[in-house]
Amino acid sequence: MRLTVNGEVHELEADTLADLLALLDYEGDWLATAVNGDLVHRTDRRNHRLNDSDRIEILSPMQGG
Amino acid sequence: MPHFYGTEVRSRLLLGTARYPSPAILAEAVRRSAIDIVTVSLRRETAGGRAGGTFFELIRELGVRVLPNTAGCHSVSEAVLTAKMAREVFSTSWIKLEVIGHHDTLQPDVFGLVEAARILVGEGFEVFPYTTDDLVVAERLLNAGCKVLMPWCAPIGSAMGPQNLPALRAMRAEYPDVPLIVDAGIGRPSHAAAVMELGYDAVLLNTAVAGAADPAAMAEAFAKAIDAGHAAFHAGMLEPRDMAVPSTPVIGKAVFS
Repeated sequence: MRLTVNGEVHELEADTLADLLALLDYEGDWLATAVNGDLVHRTDRRNHRLNDSDRIEILSPMQGG
Repeated sequence: MPHFYGTEVRSRLLLGTARYPSPAILAEAVRRSAIDIVTVSLRRETAGGRAGGTFFELIRELGVRVLPNTAGCHSVSEAVLTAKMAREVFSTSWIKLEVIGHHDTLQPDVFGLVEAARILVGEGFEVFPYTTDDLVVAERLLNAGCKVLMPWCAPIGSAMGPQNLPALRAMRAEYPDVPLIVDAGIGRPSHAAAVMELGYDAVLLNTAVAGAADPAAMAEAFAKAIDAGHAAFHAGMLEPRDMAVPSTPVIGKAVFS
């Protein structure tokens, strides 16, 4: 399955958003996720099924002004 | 002390967290200035969550309130989504809303700003809009549900200091009961004192502290200048005159010739 994660195209198999995070070794309760421009809450990642060509954003806290 | 969306804060200085020489120096700047609120951002995580996690821990250890921002967003949809993601991460409804309209000046896209503010207020956010000093825009933001305004005084990071004091003065006069925070463009403590002398409630800055030779000392200098400006506003300052006025009484003066 073709997924774009933070702007980079990946070929991998992940049923759910939670699976994808585990597969790419993302961890921590400070991550925010969105799929195709919509927020996916932390508690919904396990149930959020991914589809081919999905665009996933994974954001975390960063220095800012 | 000022209230932002019903929350009383203990410092009139808000600090950004970017561009410090090290996390330790950021922490020292926060401690020495005794600030209450820091701004933080969200970015694409590239290290499996660990880079953001390290920074998140640092912020948590500071024990301050977090004002997440939508820095770098150039569209309404980007800003709205980033705000929602920030609420997810930081568990706060506060959002410093930036919708950037110009790549070089980083001037707010005030049309997009108003639209994004309206959407976010509708979603339960407490919006701190980074805006220009334009009164009409301010009115629209208030109508959209913003209860705090954050006008710039000069372009972000420029350190130019207040470029249009009459406009800032007019905004203060127009909205005496709205918390007003000058955001962006402050370079020196004297700039911060100048806007506080207009009766502003607080100042948000980043580069002027982070880029100083000694950021912690500069943060403390800003905190003092802001307090001084605030106290001066409430003490009632003299208006300038064209002519000299002797401060020593003329009556009773000795005559020696």
